[in-house]
Amino acid sequence: MTDQSLPRPELKKRGLPKINPVYVLLVALILAIIVMNPAFGEPTGYMNFLKRAAALAILSGGALYVIVSGGFDLSVGSIMTLTVIGSSMLASNDPNSTYWIIPLMLGIGMVIGLVNGLVVSYLKVPSLIATLGMMITLNGVAFTWSGGAPRGYLPDTFRFFGRNNITDIPLIGLLPIAVICLAAFGAILWWGMHRTNFGRLLHAVGDNPQAARLAGVPVQRVRISAFVVSALTAVLAGVILGGRAGVSVDIGSGYELQAITAAVIGGAQLLGGRGSVPAAIAGALALEAIFTLLNLLGLAQPVRLVVQGLILIGAVALATSQRKRAGR
Amino acid sequence: MKKTFTTLAIFGLLSGTTFAQAPNFDDPAEFEKQREQLTATFNGPADQPYLQYAGDEMVDTSEFQKEGPWTVCFSNAGVNNPWRVVGYTNMTEEAKLHPEIGTFTHVDAEGSDDKQIADIDDLLAGGDCDALIVSPNSTAALTPAVEKACAAGLPVIVFDRGVTTDCPVTFVHPVGGYGFGIQAAEHIIANVPEGGNVLMLRILPGVDVLETRASGARNMFAEAGLTVLGEEFTDGDNAKTKSIVEDYLQRGNIDAVWMDAGATAVAAVEAFEDQGFDVPVVTGEDQQDYLQKWRDLGFKGIAPTYPTYQWRTALIAAVNTLKGEPVPGPEWVLPQPAITEDVLDEYINENMPPLHYAMCGCEDMPNYPEAWGGSE
Repeated sequence: MTDQSLPRPELKKRGLPKINPVYVLLVALILAIIVMNPAFGEPTGYMNFLKRAAALAILSGGALYVIVSGGFDLSVGSIMTLTVIGSSMLASNDPNSTYWIIPLMLGIGMVIGLVNGLVVSYLKVPSLIATLGMMITLNGVAFTWSGGAPRGYLPDTFRFFGRNNITDIPLIGLLPIAVICLAAFGAILWWGMHRTNFGRLLHAVGDNPQAARLAGVPVQRVRISAFVVSALTAVLAGVILGGRAGVSVDIGSGYELQAITAAVIGGAQLLGGRGSVPAAIAGALALEAIFTLLNLLGLAQPVRLVVQGLILIGAVALATSQRKRAGR
Repeated sequence: MKKTFTTLAIFGLLSGTTFAQAPNFDDPAEFEKQREQLTATFNGPADQPYLQYAGDEMVDTSEFQKEGPWTVCFSNAGVNNPWRVVGYTNMTEEAKLHPEIGTFTHVDAEGSDDKQIADIDDLLAGGDCDALIVSPNSTAALTPAVEKACAAGLPVIVFDRGVTTDCPVTFVHPVGGYGFGIQAAEHIIANVPEGGNVLMLRILPGVDVLETRASGARNMFAEAGLTVLGEEFTDGDNAKTKSIVEDYLQRGNIDAVWMDAGATAVAAVEAFEDQGFDVPVVTGEDQQDYLQKWRDLGFKGIAPTYPTYQWRTALIAAVNTLKGEPVPGPEWVLPQPAITEDVLDEYINENMPPLHYAMCGCEDMPNYPEAWGGSE
């Protein structure tokens, strides 16, 4: 999670030290939070913050794959809901069920991602519509499955990933399992995006699909893989969120837009071709930091939403203008 | 983003005042009436709370008397949360107990005013209904639809949330929102020293039965000298609830969490647990997961209820109307007990699903507990 995005030759040419504004924003927000509440600077404070942000951060890393390839995935929130509700229905309070439920859910996620990708690639349905349809369908499936009231409960073995902490660690005191998951999945997503041929193909497809096709890139397969990655991270995010919070009937709703927002704050280009996993994760952390800061300021909820909206617009406007100056 | 813009608009209109200060949800007379009804004696059989009623006003229904088999139609606001799922099961099971009901037609509005208005139109146009039960999605929007059904000559029974017309045969509901807020607030006031800090968690603004829960409690906290740290909307979402409580915990001490509905109470309790704090007073509702958490951790809990047995009552009211028997009205006010520590164990049933609502009045029904997802 320490590396920056793909090398950008044009930046080197100008010789400007470029830092993605999202990191500046994140540091500024965190400093502001620490000023407001010094306890945040202690391990318990920031570890709990990371624990809370883990689900969204992982999700944003996965959403970035689809965004970089030039699409949207609106179905991820409903995949999270389906993961939580489906797991609770299947578990029926049996702590031993976790070991087969999570792989099963990943399998279901993979199928959903494949369907998304196939519909977008071969039926030529715009990804916005295809995944919107998937979102509605999956919400319906989750609702039918649970009948509006999930009858099971997530066993503690399942909730382990989102809820438990390793305590008594020297220096940092406690380390939530969710933060370990975030580091591990974040690293895998970073590796896949920035250190493999697949990642380069993703950028090529998103930047100019026509050129990529002529250059021999299997455009359809790359796109489909992006949707599969996105769906799989949504399942993982669902496991962590369900672990953190327990069962709710619409637990994942709204996460699809937050993930896209986080990626965009992180400087991802919405029509594809550009984006960085660490920056998307930083975007997710910044988003959570905004929520926390506004709460610490003690603003009434309506005011908080207004400020939050303005900050989002401002951050993206800033990122866009910097990109223009950088010649893209 | 839609939410942000809506809020911007609302914010502009209210210019900084909070939603809940709208005067129609803060009615001292209604508050007092409900406070008295909480402890009043109800008529009817003591062991069947769904048949009990406050006062002795009855409505003559002889004009609606009809030979069976009847078609009873039900326009439902939705089955989009566990409380409504339990209630709807109560109602369908009750329908099975009445052989005179030939057909029980259920139309689900899925939480949409527009759909419910269209549903009622369709039911009226179909011409098959002998009686119409309505659980309105929202008060103002559904009033004309209910009036239209009355004008068609149908006996109409409204329950749960109200409408602003008195044309229905009766309006079945428990004591009410103020009552719920009062029970939770009284428990907090009794267990938190003066000057203590209360965090108020609410589902969403603008619903009458929820607004009155909040306004009643807010006034009582002010009177008792407790500090309200904030009123936050959780959208009924566990994750959001947990984050909100954690944020407030970072800012300072919380002596009590007051809830306008208990579905997310366990998430609030977990926020204290996971941060290593003692769980203070957290009010909830009669949902099994909360009752069990309360027992297991032994904090000072209380579960005010909005009993799901009212779903049975609504159907019974329709049946009695079609039989031409008098029914309590124009409002059939049901008792609204709170589950307190001394009766907690009676309401815990490990064999029921965690999101089951204990005050269902359904234990005497033939298909209990399987129909509610429980096991023997």
